[in-house]
Amino acid sequence: MTSDTTTNDTTISRRGMFMKLGLLLNGVVAAALAVPIGRFLLSSITRARADGYLDWISLGSVSQFPEGETRLATFRNPLVMPTDGKTVDTPCWVRHVEGDQFQVFAVNCAHLGCPVRWFPQSGLFMCPCHGGAYYRDGARASGPPERGLFEYSYKVENGLITIKAGEMPTPGPGASLMHIKGIRNEPRCGGCA
Amino acid sequence: MIRRIGQWFDQRLQLAAPIREASEHRVPRNTASWWYVFGSAALIVFCLQLVTGILLALTYVPSAGEAWNSLQALNHDITLGWFIRALHGWGSNFMVAIVLIHMMQVFLFGAYKFPRELTWIIGIFLLLMTLGMAFSGQVLRFDQDAYWGLGIGASIASRVPGAGPAIVKLMLGGPIIAGATLSRFFALHVFVIPGLLIGFVCLHVLMVFKLGINEWPMPGRVVRRATYLDEYHGLTKKDGAPFVPYAIWKDMFFAAFILLAVAACAMWFGPFGPSGRPDPTIIQTVPKPDYFFLWLYAVLSLLPPSMETPALLIGPVLVILGLLLLPFLSGEGEKSWKRRPIAVLTVMLVAVALGTFTHLAEYAPWSPKMNAWSGAPVPAEFLHATSALERQGALVFQVKQCRNCHSLGESGGQRGPALDSVALRLTQDQLIRQVIQGGGNMPAYGKNLSPPETTALVAFLETLHPAGQAPARNFALGQ
Repeated sequence: MTSDTTTNDTTISRRGMFMKLGLLLNGVVAAALAVPIGRFLLSSITRARADGYLDWISLGSVSQFPEGETRLATFRNPLVMPTDGKTVDTPCWVRHVEGDQFQVFAVNCAHLGCPVRWFPQSGLFMCPCHGGAYYRDGARASGPPERGLFEYSYKVENGLITIKAGEMPTPGPGASLMHIKGIRNEPRCGGCA
Repeated sequence: MIRRIGQWFDQRLQLAAPIREASEHRVPRNTASWWYVFGSAALIVFCLQLVTGILLALTYVPSAGEAWNSLQALNHDITLGWFIRALHGWGSNFMVAIVLIHMMQVFLFGAYKFPRELTWIIGIFLLLMTLGMAFSGQVLRFDQDAYWGLGIGASIASRVPGAGPAIVKLMLGGPIIAGATLSRFFALHVFVIPGLLIGFVCLHVLMVFKLGINEWPMPGRVVRRATYLDEYHGLTKKDGAPFVPYAIWKDMFFAAFILLAVAACAMWFGPFGPSGRPDPTIIQTVPKPDYFFLWLYAVLSLLPPSMETPALLIGPVLVILGLLLLPFLSGEGEKSWKRRPIAVLTVMLVAVALGTFTHLAEYAPWSPKMNAWSGAPVPAEFLHATSALERQGALVFQVKQCRNCHSLGESGGQRGPALDSVALRLTQDQLIRQVIQGGGNMPAYGKNLSPPETTALVAFLETLHPAGQAPARNFALGQ
């Protein structure tokens, strides 16, 4: 461009246009690259929507779980990556109620996910972290949890018990909205009122 | 010769002039104080963390299957591996502590006021990143505490309305805590946060040089936007001294002292963990967070359940927002703590609260003692001169895990009240009702005690009163 004096706001210099084109070009390339980068970063979420993480997994023969008792079982998570080590071995509590009736609980406390332990003598699950306790049927007995233990769906076929698992259970956004039976309007202790 | 080599480099680098300017810039004479050494101490510990972190990365394997083994190798097989791990672990604790002390000093000295608002805001981000490093570092020490600590983090994240489950999967890198989880925390701890930290630390220090160190606050010397800069420059001219060597020698002495203290702790107390293998099928574990998150562990146990989610999700946002807005809400006015009683009270309240929660969390009275029923027998003095039925009751008391929550003679859990003198508080009927129906945070034992067991247990509980004091009686029933 020649340096004529008629240049006004509506005209644009050759260099100015190339700079703007350069910016535009980089913007387009950045946007194009952002798509695969974003999809890679969010793949652990989108995968859950596409085909899901849950699957039916066998816990073995029903005969391992005597009627009326609660025992620890372990299963291998359906999704395994090469560097997972022992972390894919997942424990769960299996309560054989009677006949084909079971309850399969996650070991994760419904408060903040610590592993609860079963005490058959007192019929309680107790959590070592913040003091949550649950009855034998998984219902909340005391402490900070706002709900009972997480239960897996199960089915019994050909003498085998299988459960639907594959995700770590977490209390989720609904936790505080659950109705807590008997947490209020209750004497703090028998005679100390 | 040396001079000529120096000139050769400086002709190309052109750094000598700015360095000379920075070191000779005048600071108010009374800021050469031992109160002004914490910022540089945080920087020197950060440098120690960078060096020891790189050394650890020479051996550490960020794989869920191998990380724990590589930590064991560092602790036991590699020459002085334990010492480098200990330096890095203790360095982390010292860094959090020094950053907090630095922040408290800056707050009490009013250094966040005009024109140093942005220095404070960047400092808040540095604090958050330091805490992020402490948490992600605890995850890289991939043991049982790290594994279940991640579970707690995921459970907290899951409570975010709407996005909760997606945040959990993003955080864990999949549906469960596994290899992908450790890898992404490794990337955060080793690349993302340190990169940001280095950038922000440079900005933070640059701004201290550009804006000048905060003068020693004097009661009555009020900050005003219109006049402050002139007043400050007048002060550095009238009563100032060059930063080097006038002020820096105290920074250097304190930095050396802190490094020595980290090394001494590392040598005497050794590295942190790792505790048991990160194998989720080993559920005989009592996970506990590292020292600087103990207060949070206490808060999570003591909050009423209905308050927990709002407190977890809204509390941190409010605190961070408050800290970020502080220089805008009180950017002018008195700097001296002697004229700012609310500031002093706030610091004291926060310190006492954090200290109390941390102290409580060290012995966690809210957690049942999982082994008390088998490991802590009923002390013998409670069984003197008891009948066969009462002794049977003591057995029930032990076998039914009552001890996990109730102490006798100062042994046993502290989740429920100590029962040394329960018979003074509750009558026989009240004891039976409490055992069978529970209530007041005690589970109901009705379904797990046969009538004879209940009778024996209550008979034993009725003996629990000091000699010479009569147990509680229900006079309405003529007992």
